[in-house]
Amino acid sequence: MTSSTTRALGSERIVDRRRLLLGSTLFGGSAVASAWTPAWAKRISTGIGSEARPLSGEDITLRIARQTMRIDGRPSRAVGINGFAPAPLIRLRQGQNVRLRVVNELDEDSSIHWHGLLVPAQFDGVPGISFPGIRARSTFVYEFPIRQAGTYWYHSHSGFQEQLGLYGPLVIEPAGPECAPFDREHVILLSDHSHEAPETIFRHLKLMPEYYNREQQTLSGLLAGKDQPLAERLKWGGMRMEPTDIADVTGATYTYLVNGHGPQDNWTGLFTPGERVRLRIINASSMTTFNLRIPGLPMTVVQADGQDVHPVEVDEFQIGIAETYDAIVIPQEDRAYTLVAESIDRSGMARATLAPRAGMIAEMPPLRARPLLSMADMGMGAMGGDMGGMDMSMRNFAHALQVKRGPGVQTLAPMPVDRTGDPGVGLAGVGHRVLTYRDLMALDRNPDIRAPSRSIEVHLTGNMERFMWSFDGKAMSDMMEPIPFTEGERVRVTLINDTMMGHPIHLHGHFFELVTGHGDHAPRKHTVLVQPGGTLSFDLTADAPGDWAFHCHLLYHMTAGMMRVVSVRPRGDAA
Amino acid sequence: MIHRPLLLGMAFLAAPSLAQSMPGMDMKGMVMPAPPKAPAHHRKTPPAKPAAKAAPHHAMSHDHGDMTMPMGHDMPEPPAAHDMTAMDGVAMTGTSLPAGNAPAPSMPMDHYADRFYAPADMERSRRQMMREDGGGLHHQLLFNIAEIQAQQGHEGYRWDADGFVGGDINRLWIKSEGEGRFHDGVDHAEVQALYGRAIGPYYNLQLGVRQDIRPSPSRTYAALSIEGLAPYRFETEAALFVSTRGDVLGRIEALYDQRITQRLVLQPRVELNLSAQDVPQGRYGAGLVDAELGLRLRYEIRREFAPYVGVSWERKAGKSADYARADGDRISSASFVAGVRGWF
Repeated sequence: MTSSTTRALGSERIVDRRRLLLGSTLFGGSAVASAWTPAWAKRISTGIGSEARPLSGEDITLRIARQTMRIDGRPSRAVGINGFAPAPLIRLRQGQNVRLRVVNELDEDSSIHWHGLLVPAQFDGVPGISFPGIRARSTFVYEFPIRQAGTYWYHSHSGFQEQLGLYGPLVIEPAGPECAPFDREHVILLSDHSHEAPETIFRHLKLMPEYYNREQQTLSGLLAGKDQPLAERLKWGGMRMEPTDIADVTGATYTYLVNGHGPQDNWTGLFTPGERVRLRIINASSMTTFNLRIPGLPMTVVQADGQDVHPVEVDEFQIGIAETYDAIVIPQEDRAYTLVAESIDRSGMARATLAPRAGMIAEMPPLRARPLLSMADMGMGAMGGDMGGMDMSMRNFAHALQVKRGPGVQTLAPMPVDRTGDPGVGLAGVGHRVLTYRDLMALDRNPDIRAPSRSIEVHLTGNMERFMWSFDGKAMSDMMEPIPFTEGERVRVTLINDTMMGHPIHLHGHFFELVTGHGDHAPRKHTVLVQPGGTLSFDLTADAPGDWAFHCHLLYHMTAGMMRVVSVRPRGDAA
Repeated sequence: MIHRPLLLGMAFLAAPSLAQSMPGMDMKGMVMPAPPKAPAHHRKTPPAKPAAKAAPHHAMSHDHGDMTMPMGHDMPEPPAAHDMTAMDGVAMTGTSLPAGNAPAPSMPMDHYADRFYAPADMERSRRQMMREDGGGLHHQLLFNIAEIQAQQGHEGYRWDADGFVGGDINRLWIKSEGEGRFHDGVDHAEVQALYGRAIGPYYNLQLGVRQDIRPSPSRTYAALSIEGLAPYRFETEAALFVSTRGDVLGRIEALYDQRITQRLVLQPRVELNLSAQDVPQGRYGAGLVDAELGLRLRYEIRREFAPYVGVSWERKAGKSADYARADGDRISSASFVAGVRGWF
């Protein structure tokens, strides 16, 4: 047993009395705490790096407790850290060691997962996979070296705590020079917030998956000539498919937040005209894919998932849950700009302002029209329409031999295609430049440029009518059988999305390289959004021994079973 | 199934020629957003002008996406992207290389975290995690019909409800339906208790008992039904009942929710009751016993609470109608109805 092992085993017993007392004095009552907002998320922010006391250094204490959260003037229940929901910014430096003492003051188990950080498996923070969780009223100490730089985040991996506010940004400064220098930086942490309890949201989805879809096709819409014409509606109805089924949980219950502030709160990030402003954009929401743009201000993407990429200038991009993008903007004019992050189904938006001075606002563009899914989203490939005599059966298990036949598999994409060149649902033809995965290219040569020694497929499966979600037709609750890898091997993993919904798929403990035609400069990511009816391949070097969570980052999809364990073992270690 | 390789093959062959035949398509545009030179030299020197767009043209890369085949179906990896890169002078390396076919490792028999934490603690949290991720239990009680019925001369009431408790596949169901008149009491009331199992993406099979409480004397049946979502999104149910005396009955229900606006829904509904034999004591005959057609317009104040108004038309048929005539009862009736569709 290593020394860190010993610490992990003993850590539940360790409670630092002095810090506990200090903490309760500073942050004690939730009423006091709720009046506080972390510096990075103050409604008017001059940027991060200017906090009086950021959470940084080698010893950090995080205290998880219930509190309230005030969105657009309305209070609601939340779970936060050190009195803040969203949780405070943690700012570290590449090459340092960090000891994170997490005090769980809840009456239930909790956990913190460091999303995108390469940490030893026993500190990855997933109850039931990497550790037993942090029991109620106990303390756990995470300890690991910081091997990387970039924009990341951290969140609870227990129950629905993530939906309740237990998520925060984590920024790591590079040990060497910054590849994309900047004069000022802001965190843009996107999230979704509801006054309904997450258990209620999940129950609604289970009982009536379209519960939150208030943009369904209607008869009055048909008469008004909106949406699909009658023949199309009959065709989709015949297949029991719903072209408006774009997001499970929508603006019908969600308020979309920037740095914990609702659209009316209007979080404002200040700049001086002409400055290079780095936006560290994190999608920390539970169920929302966002389309983000700043009308009038082009964005140059310089990092994806914390990894440097060749600068790409775009006007808009889609950001899946748990992804991060760093973008440089250079606002030249002495005017305000509105940052708009529409939910993918356009039922609502997160809004923030970038301005030279507090109080300035820019025009808030109206929500664009709700898009409709297409045959391509059904996995009909490029061929759409008339399939002639071809077998385009929507549920032919001969297309996917490894998928378990069962009620949880509604459809199997008959002809899925690589959609990494697509900008995402609703973004084709918006009239400006939209980022695609193919536009991303690593700045550095990939650390492992070997050919994959083998390849595997994982089908992303589900049944919208029953709100069942799974990999290969098997839910986490069905089996503990992991997907096995040998330490050091390189494997091409192809994700095949057999559903009509995009899934942000996250593999813990690793970065992987997207197979998008960039050879040894493939973009490295920890989370990928697999477009509806599409495929996506990545090459994975399984270099971190351990059991790792592998799941859809749509919180309620994971809760419905869309999760597996990936096991990495040294060669010859398997019993 | 047999067409699939053929289809893939055709598309495979078609891709390059399709690309060439597309007017105005610059093949250079097909190259992924690689900057013009080999990128390694960017490592230490960040580009002077990050605002310069590295990607060539978006529309092009979108088109390209459609030509790439899905991988891993025992087909060689499509050459498209990689050949292009090679043409552009970048060596075939890294993710451009095809994958080999080495065997997968065997499944580990241990749990890695057990090396660091007490195995009993891990076992507890593992069970909880698995239960939380896909193993949840749910429950619902739904009144599709809970209404008063106004007919000429007398008012009655009617209900049709079902509820379940269980997981995704296995559930326990209760169902109840019945009707009565305000001054005469309950005419008809039945309760079913069923075990249900999901037998496909859309259908459930249910097996259990049905107890008719009214009319008396009460009767008991074995019940078997299939219910689910039919094509064109009709909700359907077909049930077979066998009484303790050997009588065989059937019931077919179908309904459709036509959304007029996001909250206004018109629900046409049909219910047919069938019998395999004459049952004079029960006053029904072989064949179609009766039919009910309903049309209910509801307003969803919430998904769980939707008041409605509508019409309901019932008619006895065949020998059952003869029994009714002989008894002096009416064989058909039409009602205005008002009620609430709700669940909790």
